[in-house]
Amino acid sequence: MRNTFIGAAIERREDLRFLRGRGQYVGDLAPNGLLHAVILRSAVAHGRIRAIDAAAALKIPGVHAVITAKDMPGGPPIIPMRLQPLPEFKPFEQPVIAADKVRYVGEPLAVVLADTAAIGEDALEAITVDIASLPAVTDRAGGESGDRLLFARAGSNVALRFRATRGDAAAAFAGAAYRRRERLRVQRHFGLTLEPRGVLAEWDSAQGRLRVFGAAKVPFFNRRILAAQIGLPEHAIDMIENDVGGGFGARGEFYPEDFLIPFAARHVGRPVKWIEDRRENLMAMNHAREAEADIEIACAADGTILGLRGQTFADMGAYMRTNGAVGARNVAQFMSGPYRIPAIDIETTLVMTNKTPVGTYRGPGRFEADFFRERLFDMAANELGIDRVEFRRRNLVAEGEMPYAIATIRPFEHQDELDSGDYRITLDRCLAECRWAEKVKLQGALIDGRYHGLALGCFIEGGAAGPKESARVALEDDGSIAVYMGSSAVGQGVETVFAQIAADALEVPIERIREVFHGSTGYVSDGYGAYHSRSVVMGGSALLDAAGKFRAALRAAAAKRLGCDEAAVKIADELVSAPDGRALPLKDFAGLAAEGAFLNKKHTYTYGAHAAHVAVDPKTGHVEIIDYVAVEDVGRIINPLTLNGQVIGSLVQGLGGVFLEHLIYDEHGQLLTGSLMDYRLPTASDFPNLRSIVLDMKPSPINPLGAKGAGEGGMIPAGGVIANAVANALAAFGVEPRELPLSPPRVWELLQGARMDDGE
Amino acid sequence: MTRFEVNGKAVEVAVEPRMTLADCLRDVLRLTGTHLGCEHGVCGACTVLVDGEAVRACLMLAVQAEGRRVTTVEGLSRDDALTPLQQAFRKHHALQCGFCTPGMITTAHALLTEEPDCDADRVREVLSGNICRCTGYIPIVEAVLEARGAYRGSGRAGSDGEGR
Amino acid sequence: MKLPAFDYACPATLAEAVALLAANGDAKAIAGGQSLVPMLAFRVAAPTLLVDLRKLPDLDRIDIDAAGVRLGALVRWRDILADARLERAHPLLVAAVRHVAHYQIRNRGTVGGSLAHADPAAELPGIAVACDAEIAVTGQAGARVIPAEAFFRGALATALAPDELITELRLPPWPVGRRFGFEEFALRRGDFALAAAAVFYDQDVNGRAGAPHVGVIGVGERPTRLASVEAVLNGARIDGEVIASAAAAAAAAVDPPDDIHASAAYRRALVGTMVERALLAAHNRHPA
Repeated sequence: MRNTFIGAAIERREDLRFLRGRGQYVGDLAPNGLLHAVILRSAVAHGRIRAIDAAAALKIPGVHAVITAKDMPGGPPIIPMRLQPLPEFKPFEQPVIAADKVRYVGEPLAVVLADTAAIGEDALEAITVDIASLPAVTDRAGGESGDRLLFARAGSNVALRFRATRGDAAAAFAGAAYRRRERLRVQRHFGLTLEPRGVLAEWDSAQGRLRVFGAAKVPFFNRRILAAQIGLPEHAIDMIENDVGGGFGARGEFYPEDFLIPFAARHVGRPVKWIEDRRENLMAMNHAREAEADIEIACAADGTILGLRGQTFADMGAYMRTNGAVGARNVAQFMSGPYRIPAIDIETTLVMTNKTPVGTYRGPGRFEADFFRERLFDMAANELGIDRVEFRRRNLVAEGEMPYAIATIRPFEHQDELDSGDYRITLDRCLAECRWAEKVKLQGALIDGRYHGLALGCFIEGGAAGPKESARVALEDDGSIAVYMGSSAVGQGVETVFAQIAADALEVPIERIREVFHGSTGYVSDGYGAYHSRSVVMGGSALLDAAGKFRAALRAAAAKRLGCDEAAVKIADELVSAPDGRALPLKDFAGLAAEGAFLNKKHTYTYGAHAAHVAVDPKTGHVEIIDYVAVEDVGRIINPLTLNGQVIGSLVQGLGGVFLEHLIYDEHGQLLTGSLMDYRLPTASDFPNLRSIVLDMKPSPINPLGAKGAGEGGMIPAGGVIANAVANALAAFGVEPRELPLSPPRVWELLQGARMDDGE
Repeated sequence: MTRFEVNGKAVEVAVEPRMTLADCLRDVLRLTGTHLGCEHGVCGACTVLVDGEAVRACLMLAVQAEGRRVTTVEGLSRDDALTPLQQAFRKHHALQCGFCTPGMITTAHALLTEEPDCDADRVREVLSGNICRCTGYIPIVEAVLEARGAYRGSGRAGSDGEGR
Repeated sequence: MKLPAFDYACPATLAEAVALLAANGDAKAIAGGQSLVPMLAFRVAAPTLLVDLRKLPDLDRIDIDAAGVRLGALVRWRDILADARLERAHPLLVAAVRHVAHYQIRNRGTVGGSLAHADPAAELPGIAVACDAEIAVTGQAGARVIPAEAFFRGALATALAPDELITELRLPPWPVGRRFGFEEFALRRGDFALAAAAVFYDQDVNGRAGAPHVGVIGVGERPTRLASVEAVLNGARIDGEVIASAAAAAAAAVDPPDDIHASAAYRRALVGTMVERALLAAHNRHPA
């Protein structure tokens, strides 16, 4: 296969419309006859619904309908889980609208349909809701105590416990020369997308067809769910992916509105559009990351890690969402990261609380796990008197040990292994790039009133989840190529990246790939979408298969028309030719198409190392990142421009989680961070000194591209690295951050606490 | 009736006082390049130019645009080619999902028109009023710095918000 | 987050504007809208009438003379930063305004809007109090002048009657050579201050500080001057020890709230640090 466009920093096609304001997001669509949906959401975290009275609302001019659970014969459908759909989770799945109970602030109670969104919001104020409040469960202790049950039938607020095991942890700890146990926490935050969610549904009663716009991430899965819920065959539903303003794992899963809006469209026989506003988004888009760990490491005296054990707790919010278990499960299974930890025993408890339900956010569970693990590593290394870098180096899994099996997770037994890579390459490159040997002299130094600190961490990033992806290649009337992908676009540049892959696979100039279509269910027969950093590997490999089949089909058709053997057909420069020189233009074969697929059961593991140099102002608690270097080996680089973009973008999100972003609830389950003034996102001033270096040293053995998923790694190690750097800077005071975020007030409090312990 | 100018054309709209300029541009005038990311004046995705000055269109009432010259991202664009500012964005991969991009373009254009010699710190300061969730900002700052050349001296990309 | 419905008026004169406010109990004035419109978007305010001030004449002037600096109520942050005279005529004002919000907000937000909104963490109310400014207002009963100290009553609460509009902020004259500092700490650039300090004093020929003013923002319901800190500075030669003393006095003098962003203890320590750093800046500043 050619390598002309793959690997090149090709400028993106998508930019041509985005830069001109010509993107088409679901909010930009305005079909005739449109009604706007506005959702009445519970202002109470936990309670029994006694009555919802919309009489006054219905009198407001411009209000057409108010839909509640009562309008759904047989009761509101339940949203099933897409990933790890274990029977234990069934009692905790969410109805598309609240019927008898509400369980979180933000839970949908009713859908108002009005001429404008403004009138719809006026109507919300006129609906009276009578809810008998129940005490809210807002933390782990409350959840575990079981004295306030969210789901009476379940008999518990603990949905499940996962367990990750490897080797014999009891024996490893019993014999260990050194042990250290710590309790650590990561705060609730989420993958807020700049474009809030939205759904537009059109019901064609004559044809019995439903068109749903605003699909993202997993349109084919969602169609399956919607079809079952709304009582239509899948082929009667089109899910259409427009331009999408970010996904980050949060947008695109099946949410209540993904049923409510199509239902409303069919209910009133008019197109219905719902666009989430930011206040809703903060309480209704999947939350993430809230986790506690009580974990212990066992080492030999020379720092060789013998085992890791303990418990983690994941706050799930009020319902098990389609992918709610992923983060919790990953925390346990991937706690070991790229390191050789022969004995592991980690139990994760999933606790239900009266807060917004939880789903995946970029690097789900991995960000948390790396924070827990890397903090423990620095503490252990320091206590053992071993250099922190050496501690890591000697415990990294070596290339010669691969495939190296990581912990097995139960239930939903899943075996995973580290299959390729030389982790020392990225570690050494990182050390060189950040000038570690030189900078390490600054650790703990007080310069111009600030304490300087350094830290480094290694990580892996899982990608390329299967089971399958599809692609289709078709020849257009003018001889150009159209590519159709089951993959979804969430902003990562698939139209360009897939054009590169298609051009090289078909051996044509990239301009000949006229357009790459993605996501919508009409494009391929069996699509899967964008999650777990799979688009390049799964979509790209499916595209290679489709391209191969396309060329074979072209060859066969050309051979017939040219009267020669298939093997003798030459395809070049917009012509197909026979050995005798007769040729036909490609456009004569317009309509020729081939669909391909790629099946996969294994994960790829991009790996790397990050290092940070920080300066801490002890009086304000402000931490400045003086330099941050991110190095990763992705196996094969398709587009270095977009790849580095993913690393830096993911890293800044990660730093937002480290310093700024925090979804805060009070003891009644009220969300206190209800605007972007309170939920603080990183801005251009916050983290200017970040560098990304991407390598392609060790291709993946599990796909024909040799690529590895790389959209999430930027943030995975950030928590551990920064927290360790802060601890390093304030080591003289014995400051040990054990919780995120490291906001200035919290850093200051840590310092005060440490000083008081010292009797200062 | 409220009369104002948008991207060089006179417009006349009859809208409720409560309609924001952002919603008027998007829903009445069908210029959907101006985006709504928060509707409370924090994210900057709705930034447009009013008499050449960058403002948050979600915080301005449409009726307040009476007699003013409004420029949206569409007005800073050409059909046949990307402007130097847009080219710089593309070259530096200063956009991913594209949702913040119109606000970045309008804000950067206003800044560069007034301050073509701004430095990186100034660019970061000005752009700190525009949230991007995808790029991490570093490539956006690089793009704006590169575009300075087009706004300096004889290469000035037009005053009053018309990018040419 | 669409706005609730309201009637809208855009009067051409101050008298008309005042009359509209007087006649409509639920009316609110709107200038730049940078504080008001978000409140409408969250529906925490629902006025039945908005009185737009944009057509009112002569309220956008910046006048500088021997009597001091006068900023019309419709003067925008942008106008302050663009007026080259103010760097010399009132550098403390300029230093503080640089911290206000963001670029786009500064193109619309106004002096009058900020004073009338009276956010405890806003810069201009803090400068007004620190500088003993006066606020000129006009209502049905006529015009009056309110000292800044009396104008700010509490968080989002002022001495304005419902029919009154701010016309002008009057800052006392700023002598050449005055030492000043403005220090603010926010969680991100452009955020509301967790704490800020505005300090100034005049240095006599013997190097002693006279007429010290220390104003703090963000640590109470309203901006205040700290008399106990001013007492430490008054007549003293400003050195490291005096500055440390002043900072300690500042921390002791305030009673900040606990909230989701920061604890009271943090804010207390922070205001001490802001005063300390502002004094260091004042001390090291070369006289203009």
